[in-house]
Amino acid sequence: MNNTEIVKQSLKRRYAKEKRFQLYGKLAVLTGFVFLALLLLDIVTKAIPAFETTEVQLTIPLDRNSLEIAEDATLDEETLRAINYGGLIKKSLRNMFPEVRKRKDKKELYSLASSGAEFDLRDKIIANPELIGGEPLTLWLKADDDIDTYYKLQKVTSRISEKQIAFVQTLQDNGQIRTSFNTTFFTASDSREPEQAGIRGALLGSFWTLLVTLLLSMPVGIAAAVYLEEFAPKNRFTDFIEININNLAAVPSIVFGLLGLAVFINFFGLPRSAPLVGGLVLSLMTLPTIIISSRAALKSVPPSIKEAALGLGASHMQTVFHHVLPLAMPGILTGAIIGMAQALGETAPLLMIGMVAFIVDVPGGMLDSATVLPVQIYLWSDSPERAFTALTAATILVLLGFLVVMNAIAIYLRKHFERRW
Amino acid sequence: MPEDAVNKTPDAMTDFEKIEGTIGENLIHNPKFSTRNVDVFYDEKQAIFNASLDIGHNEVIALIGPSGCGKSTYLRSLNRMNDTIPSCRVTGDLTLDGENIYSKKMDPVLLRARVGMVFQKPNPFPKSIYDNVAYGPRLHGLARNNAEMDEIVITSLQRAGLYEEVKDRLNEPGTGLSGGQQQRLCIARTIAVSPEVILMDEPASALDPIATAIIEELIDELRENYTIAIVTHSMQQAARVSQRTAYFHLGKLVEVGETNQIFTNPRHELTENYITGKFG
Repeated sequence: MNNTEIVKQSLKRRYAKEKRFQLYGKLAVLTGFVFLALLLLDIVTKAIPAFETTEVQLTIPLDRNSLEIAEDATLDEETLRAINYGGLIKKSLRNMFPEVRKRKDKKELYSLASSGAEFDLRDKIIANPELIGGEPLTLWLKADDDIDTYYKLQKVTSRISEKQIAFVQTLQDNGQIRTSFNTTFFTASDSREPEQAGIRGALLGSFWTLLVTLLLSMPVGIAAAVYLEEFAPKNRFTDFIEININNLAAVPSIVFGLLGLAVFINFFGLPRSAPLVGGLVLSLMTLPTIIISSRAALKSVPPSIKEAALGLGASHMQTVFHHVLPLAMPGILTGAIIGMAQALGETAPLLMIGMVAFIVDVPGGMLDSATVLPVQIYLWSDSPERAFTALTAATILVLLGFLVVMNAIAIYLRKHFERRW
Repeated sequence: MPEDAVNKTPDAMTDFEKIEGTIGENLIHNPKFSTRNVDVFYDEKQAIFNASLDIGHNEVIALIGPSGCGKSTYLRSLNRMNDTIPSCRVTGDLTLDGENIYSKKMDPVLLRARVGMVFQKPNPFPKSIYDNVAYGPRLHGLARNNAEMDEIVITSLQRAGLYEEVKDRLNEPGTGLSGGQQQRLCIARTIAVSPEVILMDEPASALDPIATAIIEELIDELRENYTIAIVTHSMQQAARVSQRTAYFHLGKLVEVGETNQIFTNPRHELTENYITGKFG
């Protein structure tokens, strides 16, 4: 047997091996893709109802008698605020269903409208005081979350009674119930009532937290990476630092939360639940990521460019700042953005520093109490009301959207600033 | 290679022992560069053994020898480029116009402005052709205004023989040029800071014969104004461009002499073996 035949025999085996390997690869990719698709499908189908809200059409009498305002009273804000709007809504519901007499039935009737509907009505009247004394006002007000869930999903749950189903049926027959786009989801903060809950507070909380993280971890991380990579002497001490930075990147994030609690809140006395503290903690967590990726980017700049600059009489610092850093910038930015995306999705350390509190106000700065998107998801996923399921999924979608945008920016920056040499 | 000497393989050992000192005219009168008893170490490993060599004004000296013989290391110790390698240590007396290169008083930044370097692989900055040439003058503040800078850039490109080819696209990236053009751009960049000496580390090894011929012609012209030390693997090139030639072997400077003499009548057995192609 000569060599050609030996090679020929082994060829078949070699090709088969290659084919098998490719098949494994394809299977792995396919599995990943299927799981991703299932996850997305699940979230999207659950999230869609959250973007719609059910409204009930009510006719509110606006004569001064019904509003219990004296004929000669001036319509200043105080007077308008004192009006019993809840009573008006109940009265309007009673007018729509005059046959309801029993106290218990009335209670079920009243629960058609959201407990927040009276505030919407109040805001409307305060904004338009000229309506008072005129024709009865016909307007759409939010339905209660149980009615909302039932009407949108057409599913009977234990939270809705036979009577209420009959009421909804009547409303539907009269065209007095409808769904519309849920703006509350984007304009309101957290609430105990799902139909009044929104992500504005969490969104702004995330914004302030990430702003602190960005302002701290980017400059510190890049400066540390440049110093360690380009200037620091290579000795045991710098090796020790490098090992520790790598270890820090692998520390579970909740440990950073405990550190933040002990140092920033207990020792330095910074406020609890504040985006400032959240940002500080997330900076600690993001720094190793940024330092490691920046050092890799700096290392990948060809030494020939450095030599060219040094050979022309540029100082070490000029070489780094004129040539090395600009060439490494796309890599550094990519690393930083991926670090920021990690910080955006982080929950555990923020639980430790109190950003898990129930906060209804929209934070106006870094020292106000706030929560962030992933923590909001965690909070809502824990709530018993069925409507929160949809809100949770919708918030996940929003968070995923931001993550995708951030990663897309990272890819764009890499492609755009990449220079060839 | 010095480690061969340590490992004591029979052949290398005999070769290493054969070189007892430098043969030929390694020292000259009134040199530009003067180096005496130069030893270069990378950590414990010695790369250059006791090399003494003078380089004269306005001459082209070729440093030849087999791979790993220390010729590039020697060249890089002339403008302290070896400082960038932390493990590298240079001892001996190296002077430029009588000033000690390695003394505390000598600023490596100033030294490199006086002793320019062209590298083996063309390494233009990923910037425009204009900015590539203007970078050095800008660093050192050699031009007072834009007109002066334009003047410096254009003259440098002209002297590097590149201006005619690129005059319409000075704002295009230097990395878009061909290999030979890139190397001439690097030479233009080096002469833009008006150095006194140009060190060339195999400047044509990555180029085709035509580009090589252009570079060689250029070196010949540059000799009028500069002192040039060139490391090359091509003996024809050494013969064409240089007046003197130094042969390195295993970290030792074996023989120095007039280029003609080295190539026609080498005195050392190892030099003869190398130029006749018995090894290398």
